[in-house]
Amino acid sequence: MREIKAADISAAVAQMCMSANTKLPDDVRRKFEEGHKNETTEAGKEIFRQLLENADLAFETKLPLCQDCGLAIFYVELGEEVFVPGGINKAITEGMVTGYKDGYLRKSSCDPLLRKNTGDNTPAIIHIDFVPGDKLKISYMAKGGGSENMSRVTMLAPSQGWEGIKKFVVQRVAEAGPNPCPPVILGIGIGGTFEYAPKIAKKALLRKLDDVHPDPKVAEMEAELLAAVNKLGIGPMGLGGSYTCLAVKIALAPCHIASLPLAVNVQCHSARHEEVEF
Amino acid sequence: MPTYTLNTPLTDSDIDKLRSGDVVLLNGIIYTGRDAAHKRITDLLDAGKPLPFDLKGASIYYVGPSPAPPGRPIGSAGPTTSYRMDAYAPRLHALGLKASIGKGKRSDEVKKTMQEHKAVYFGATGGAGALLSKCITAAKVIAFEELGPEAVRELTVKDFPLLVINDAFGGELYAKPKLDD
Ligand code: SF4
Repeated sequence: MREIKAADISAAVAQMCMSANTKLPDDVRRKFEEGHKNETTEAGKEIFRQLLENADLAFETKLPLCQDCGLAIFYVELGEEVFVPGGINKAITEGMVTGYKDGYLRKSSCDPLLRKNTGDNTPAIIHIDFVPGDKLKISYMAKGGGSENMSRVTMLAPSQGWEGIKKFVVQRVAEAGPNPCPPVILGIGIGGTFEYAPKIAKKALLRKLDDVHPDPKVAEMEAELLAAVNKLGIGPMGLGGSYTCLAVKIALAPCHIASLPLAVNVQCHSARHEEVEF
Repeated sequence: MPTYTLNTPLTDSDIDKLRSGDVVLLNGIIYTGRDAAHKRITDLLDAGKPLPFDLKGASIYYVGPSPAPPGRPIGSAGPTTSYRMDAYAPRLHALGLKASIGKGKRSDEVKKTMQEHKAVYFGATGGAGALLSKCITAAKVIAFEELGPEAVRELTVKDFPLLVINDAFGGELYAKPKLDD
């Protein structure tokens, strides 16, 4: 067994929360620069200009990129030969609480009915996958409420197939319109079950915006969906233009012979995530 | 695109000249309020109690800022999605609220009451909270402190950059999604 100290994990998680909320990932920045150059509407171009300026300012001042620093989502790949004295959940949660406090990040978690703020952004939402070996990888995502509210899961009939999937996704983005801070990024989970489809949909958002899916068929599907969604003309912040969506990331999983689960996780342009490995 | 520099409180004649698509640089005092604060304000109205600020000519900014780091009046402070306040907005417009500031679509009912009571809906750039905070020169909590980020704050803004999304004449700035069917 390899022992990893809880304190080391907490320190790395705290650092990651602060850094991800103040530094726009390079791949997202490249898309903003591309949009600023190529967007067809003046209003859309101006939004990209502001977003680039916002990113520079956030990096300089350490103010968060967006005031909604999100619920803190963690994807953990935990080697089966790793031992964390005190427990990995606790280590991550403590790191998150410290990061949100020391980084002056907004605490956005509340009781669902009483609406009372939990005060420290807990609970951290932690997904753990056990993998062979003695390594540990933790990915953090700050997921804002505005884009999360526009996400949906549905159970299609198998006969609806790819056409049904495309229709649902395009319709979803159309209905969301300006609400989730477009240009958006779409994480699409196809297959699995009622709870598994949204899980893989959101995890797909960890991929780089400019990567190409290793399966050429899926890569083609992603390109097709991206083009279909961008035909909507919603544009940056809903002001019209060709950049409604920056990227579509699809994750597939086998499903029941009776089902075709589909999850659309809408991510805003403020796509904040980072990872750390031990 | 016409650009106006306006001071709060806003008047009917300010509202009369605005059309969707206009740029407005807003100056003066505005109030923050989002989901929980709107619920509290409505409760106060129901109970016939005074509100934390005068609604006449007021502008409400739908925002829950991040905490102010040392040396700054406020943290990041961009708009939140407005439709969640649609349930409360008509009543506030009827009582004199002249402008709300947020992002995203409004309901038909809100748009109708803005026409009836001469009011506008401004859009600020979502996800540009660090940038927008530069135009906020002072901030203080004036009510519901226990709501944390959702407390009502009085903000002093200088040339706060806004777009008129819905004017008082039925105008709409947002692009209509092009769907085939
Ligand atoms: S949708 Fe994203 S960019 Fe917009 S306010 Fe929410 S977290 Fe910020």
